[in-house]
Amino acid sequence: MNDSRFVYVIYILTTPQKLWEALTKPEFNRQYWFGFHQESGWQPGSPWKLVMPDGRVADAGEVVASDPPTRLVLKWRNEFRPELKAEGYTRCTFEIEPEGEMAKLTVTHEAENSHLLIERVSVGWPKILSSLKSLLETGRALPRTEDLPKGN
Amino acid sequence: MSMDAVFRALADTSRRQLLDRLRRKNGQTLGELCEGLAMSRQAVTKHLGILEGANLVATKKEGRTKLHFINPVPIHDIAERWIGRFERGRLDALWELKKQLEGTRR
Repeated sequence: MNDSRFVYVIYILTTPQKLWEALTKPEFNRQYWFGFHQESGWQPGSPWKLVMPDGRVADAGEVVASDPPTRLVLKWRNEFRPELKAEGYTRCTFEIEPEGEMAKLTVTHEAENSHLLIERVSVGWPKILSSLKSLLETGRALPRTEDLPKGN
Repeated sequence: MSMDAVFRALADTSRRQLLDRLRRKNGQTLGELCEGLAMSRQAVTKHLGILEGANLVATKKEGRTKLHFINPVPIHDIAERWIGRFERGRLDALWELKKQLEGTRR
């Protein structure tokens, strides 16, 4: 399998503005992202980091492009697993498009070449996105994504 | 996007074959996906349309080419709905055993 690029698409009954907030606000992140949250000024060039519930930095990088509420591009590198950190930076693009009453969210996580991180996160992204959908549509995230699954 | 659409899309050998091809190599053009298949280009286009309609395939335009990607989100939702509450570790162990005994690979 070619592991240099994954594309995830999910349709959520919400507005692009609310979806943007859910993607960028720490208090939303914590509910659907295994307790993790992001910290960033969300301007092009702003540092970006993904913080674990215990405060350790899981991933870090910077905001490459930010065009609320339609497009966000992050330079993204894992910081706490040496074998992943050694693989270098990946690029993650969030695109939000209105589709009738829904918002279509496309997450593209990619690297120049085959990249371990892209492969590893391919299990996590569908869980995070399904939980984000549940949070926005029902007010509750999915139980299992409130905490990181065992073994991670 | 409904689960019905996902199951209808999956209930066809040719469409599952296309998903298998994308699982092996993600991000293919229509031309690449057609290579070595006994289906016409029109048939592949139709099947890809149904897969995209069910959100099982996502497309991205890159210059003049359109790339097709497998979208794991709906399949994850199916797995969570019916399998998530069982012990996945035990199911994985059974799957490994079957694979070894039958000497086959996915």
